[in-house]
Amino acid sequence: MSAISAKAASSAVELARKGVTRSRSARDAWEFVIRGLLGGTALISIAITVGIISILLRETIAFIQLPEIELTDFLFGTTWSPLLGAEKHFGIWPLICGTFLVSIVAAMTAIPLGLITAIYMSEYATARKRAILKPIIEILAGVPTVVYGFFALLVITPALQGACNFLFGTPIFSGYNAGAAGIAVGIMILPIVASLSEDAMQSVPRSLREGAYALGSTKFDVSVKVVTPAALSGIMASCFLAITRAIGETMVVALAAGGLAHMTLNPADQVQTMTAYMVQIFLGDAPAFGVENLSSYAVAMVLFLVTLVLSIIGNILLNRYREVYE
Amino acid sequence: MSAISIRTRRILKNRAFLALCLFSTSATILILALLIASIMVQGSYFLFNSDALSAVFAHGELSQLTKIIRWEFLTNFASRFPEKAGIYAAVIGSLWVCAICALLALPLGIGTAIYLEEFAPKNRWTALVDFNIRNLAGVPSIVYGILGLTAFTRMFGLFGSDKNSALSFGPDNAWWHIQLPFGQGLLAGGLTLMLVVLPIVIISSREALRAVPSSLRQASLAIGATPWQTASKITLPAAIPSILTGAILAMSRAMGEAAPLLVIGIPVFIANTPDNLNDNFTVLPFQIFNWAGRPQESFHQLAASAIVVLLIALICFNGVAVYLRQKLRKPLA
Repeated sequence: MSAISAKAASSAVELARKGVTRSRSARDAWEFVIRGLLGGTALISIAITVGIISILLRETIAFIQLPEIELTDFLFGTTWSPLLGAEKHFGIWPLICGTFLVSIVAAMTAIPLGLITAIYMSEYATARKRAILKPIIEILAGVPTVVYGFFALLVITPALQGACNFLFGTPIFSGYNAGAAGIAVGIMILPIVASLSEDAMQSVPRSLREGAYALGSTKFDVSVKVVTPAALSGIMASCFLAITRAIGETMVVALAAGGLAHMTLNPADQVQTMTAYMVQIFLGDAPAFGVENLSSYAVAMVLFLVTLVLSIIGNILLNRYREVYE
Repeated sequence: MSAISIRTRRILKNRAFLALCLFSTSATILILALLIASIMVQGSYFLFNSDALSAVFAHGELSQLTKIIRWEFLTNFASRFPEKAGIYAAVIGSLWVCAICALLALPLGIGTAIYLEEFAPKNRWTALVDFNIRNLAGVPSIVYGILGLTAFTRMFGLFGSDKNSALSFGPDNAWWHIQLPFGQGLLAGGLTLMLVVLPIVIISSREALRAVPSSLRQASLAIGATPWQTASKITLPAAIPSILTGAILAMSRAMGEAAPLLVIGIPVFIANTPDNLNDNFTVLPFQIFNWAGRPQESFHQLAASAIVVLLIALICFNGVAVYLRQKLRKPLA
């Protein structure tokens, strides 16, 4: 049956083509040009990637080849003091440690809140409640990051200090600290976790839920023991993509996390992240050329590689759940 | 007996979890409310005239109504003195640079999306381009700033230094006056922001195109239309509402970005609005960053006031997006 209709359709196409024979070659040429133009725009995205990688590579190699820099010191050193003192040290780990600390605090804020919100929206909320909730959470995603920086510096930090003062008698948190910056970044990435996880949960087939209900499960059992495991790769993808954003976040940490690069895991301390160091250099605290300037490119290279790896993992996980359920 | 207790326990667990859900969801909403409230409170000082406010609301003098808002905050340039400071240059700069970014990113992004959805063969190359775009969306915006700095601000050093340009086109007073390299001008800023939002535009446009039922495409191809005729006359018009929504969201992202522009070295303080595509500019988020980073309380209030203006602009943007989506949406298939 379908073979016959396909045959009919193709002969109809042939008939239609015969009617426009005269303009066909012109039309084909035009089609070729358009296809080339559109393909060219698609190549731009490749050019952007190549551009980023080649620029970062070139400057990083120049940085490593400087006489005062040793590669092992850069990769394994635990002192980062490019601007202070007579003896400059370029060990990347304090910056990685600061970035890691802020991202951990952000993940600890965003993942529990975002995941539970996602479960509520997907499993418990009525369609009407979801229609109200989802846009509200998406507002959080649309707020510019500099606003979260303001929030971290002038609302979260005083609040943390006030709370500690009340509980322990001392503020504990310094004026710039990793904790407040991390919480602000966490609020910023919460919509990514909530909305991507909810999408993953929504695409779990109904039959799985119905099977569980038929066995006498409560809603809690269904959402936590059936839907969440079934949507796990999507949920993990959302976490990876959210953490990628947290690691690359710049304005919040530049405003609220401070500028002292040291090895600490204490959220009450000030830290410097990789992005915050780049801001410090590009804002003009250092000469435009020379070792400080080149060091910011090396830091950017590390930042780029870390986010690239995380984002690749996230996208592979995302592909996997899409293959399973869509 | 024990069966009942297990059952009760499970029901209790279910209720406790629902309570946790409600708690965390309302916490999210509370955070948003707190964010907005704290900014409104801090921002009100430089946005409103307290004299005019009390005159209107306490004494009912409606003639003072237009004086409630401190218009000079919107029409003054930045200043060392908080009382005189305004955001005029930043607002104009933001609008310019977003317009340039939109003119560059939308055609390129939508073009790429059309190619990938409607033309490209499904092979390993296409898969690679697709994978590349999705990972570009995860690259931190500050890294795009570095690409912008090298490729647009300095142009790889091909045309001399950015302070002393080697080539220029057009008379100095024409709006299209362009110098190479672009330096810290509007064109460099717009191009750098284009890099940041391009992956977002491509991804949202592709999703919009994918949502168009394939029966429409097949019908068009079956009556002899070429792939481009199908894309331009059938698929694209059907997808335009969603494409526009995605485009506006991408533009609001561009409007809120400060990090990449900071890297290309835009100035904080500027006492004139841009005259041509190569003129220096500053943007609202960068102005906010600068004010919020200062130690004095009154600059924090200025930052909050500027945030209120920025958020109102973004809400208007999103309002337009919602309106367009409602207005242009036609039922398909």
